[in-house]
Amino acid sequence: MRKLLALVLAAMLVMSAACAFAAETFKIGGTGPLTGGAAIYGNAAKNGAQLAVDEINAANGYVKFDLRYEDDTHDAEKAVNAYNALKDWGMQVSLSSVTSKPAEATAAENFADRIFGLTPSASAAAVTAGKDNVFQMCFVDPNQGSASAQYIADKKLAKKVAVIWKNDDVYSKGIYDTFVVKAKELGLEVVSDMTFADGNDTDFSVQLKDAQDKGAELVFLPMYYQPASLIFAQAAAMDYAPKWFGVDGMDGILTMEGFDKALAEGVILLTPFNADAKDEKTQKFVAEYQKRHGEVPNQFAADGYDCVYAFAQALENSKAKGSMNAEELCKLMIEQFTTMTFDGLTGANMTWSKNGEVTKDPKGMVIKNGAYVGLD
Amino acid sequence: MMTFLNFFISGISLGSIYAIIALGYTMVYGIAKMLNFAHGDVIMVGAYVCFYAISRFKLPPLAGVALAMIVCTILGMIIERMAYKPLRQAPSLAVLITAIGVSYFLQNTALLLWTSSPKVFPSIIGRGAFKFEFNNFLLEGQLSVSHVIVLTIVTCIIIMLCLTWFTGNTRMGKAMRACSEDKGAAQLMGINVNSTISMTFAIGSGLAAIAGVLLCSAYPTLMPTTGSLPGIKAFTAAVFGGIGSIPGALLGGLLLGVIEIFAKAYISSQLSDAVVFAVLIIVLLVKPAGLLGVQRPEKV
Repeated sequence: MRKLLALVLAAMLVMSAACAFAAETFKIGGTGPLTGGAAIYGNAAKNGAQLAVDEINAANGYVKFDLRYEDDTHDAEKAVNAYNALKDWGMQVSLSSVTSKPAEATAAENFADRIFGLTPSASAAAVTAGKDNVFQMCFVDPNQGSASAQYIADKKLAKKVAVIWKNDDVYSKGIYDTFVVKAKELGLEVVSDMTFADGNDTDFSVQLKDAQDKGAELVFLPMYYQPASLIFAQAAAMDYAPKWFGVDGMDGILTMEGFDKALAEGVILLTPFNADAKDEKTQKFVAEYQKRHGEVPNQFAADGYDCVYAFAQALENSKAKGSMNAEELCKLMIEQFTTMTFDGLTGANMTWSKNGEVTKDPKGMVIKNGAYVGLD
Repeated sequence: MMTFLNFFISGISLGSIYAIIALGYTMVYGIAKMLNFAHGDVIMVGAYVCFYAISRFKLPPLAGVALAMIVCTILGMIIERMAYKPLRQAPSLAVLITAIGVSYFLQNTALLLWTSSPKVFPSIIGRGAFKFEFNNFLLEGQLSVSHVIVLTIVTCIIIMLCLTWFTGNTRMGKAMRACSEDKGAAQLMGINVNSTISMTFAIGSGLAAIAGVLLCSAYPTLMPTTGSLPGIKAFTAAVFGGIGSIPGALLGGLLLGVIEIFAKAYISSQLSDAVVFAVLIIVLLVKPAGLLGVQRPEKV
């Protein structure tokens, strides 16, 4: 009797496996700040990824995804806990973390556990450095810094520039470091170089005064948008109106409740995604995102969306099976990502280097009448 | 010279914000002998209440401030009743830890209620500034002092004078001073120690609401963590000036702000906090009770 029961159970197992055979299902997990000061990024990446998962699952193709996001509140320790929760759930491929500080911590876990990670937006160099199985969908910070300097020089935006950066933040420092080097190379003069940190990020009068006194025509702001909003307000109060140049962390400033959009008028930022782009893929994504969440998707949403599609492409190319464990998948994914070319919302013909950094073209955007407009 | 003056004004601006928060810290410490680390978060709640009153319900700014004060006073009394009162006889370390717990509780509740996306605070008196033009042999250029800062300093001084008068001349105030010197003796003299301490918290929290509104008017981003770091700095200012001393809080706050800005401007923007705290350490080495503090034997 017991044997019979075992046989029946075994048969059921085979049948259920056969049912799943139609499409390979993969458990995909990521951590990001869904609450806390950086929640706007985490939620955008999560929503973008979810949208892609829903589209892929509805299309009934080779792969299906089971997506789960855990909250890390932009805190490294919580991110590792969140990552462990995902591992217990059975995550096979990982979306790493959304922001740099937590991603540095979870990437080390990814590496140790041999779970392949592709972060939508954690751009610090330390996230991928020395780890063969952690890749980035966004530009790595050093590239953002040099690309910004290149852009300023190419478009002849200014000769004398000032930089205000946050010295206790890897993201800000990473961009700053390469920006200065590249700026020097291109003959841009960095006349003012000032910092701030957590705890003295309210008053920027000294930094702005320094930039103003030294005649900076452009102020480069490698930082998130929250301190930037204070900088704009304080500069306006002291009648200082240089050109402002931000990076991807500036994305989101327009959606701040109560923010006077006139203050950000003319701010230029370098971001790989432009919601105004006229191509069909972007327009479809923007329309669907707006329908679901009632707002224009930012770059982070597009990054999340692209990550899931990149995974779909890599998994299909490598004929991966849903029954494979994380380590087997990791090997296949490394092979795929270092050789494949991917077309996404955040760039065409993306390729990845062996150390996980992406190559794609940045797009310049400018804020006009309270909305992003493409520069090129 | 003009730049120096401008930095000085920036320092005073920043310092006046620290000072107004420090007043709340010092007053509660002076009387209840406890460090209310949740003070910074009560400030944040006050700022949120005022934000919603003004920008969502379109109340006039003064009504918004009044509403914030009422909410914070009630909140302060509830916190005191639920979290601190049961610990009246407990060692001060237990109360300190509880205060940190309350601080986290308030921050996380704010996260749930108001989400994390930063909001831009509508200034209660506009973003204007007094501009002074100088053109003589000594000074040349423009000096600008924003209205918010003038309002903050004036409010600070008014609050300081009111508190000094209140603790010195009213029945309640005298009861507070008695409690601060010796709780047991005060009780024997017929003072209700419990209600006196509750009253202290109510006043402290009401002040927190004003501080919150002024903080966010001067530096207009509002998040659930808005109060915590300025709260820590203000606590430093209170210690600097001599914790427990009301004029000390004002002096400590202003000095801290000025030192911070000067360190940023003339030493290094990277080291400004290090310089601030180095000064604090030196002051405490020379005068352990702070600048205006009174040395009293104490068990911690």
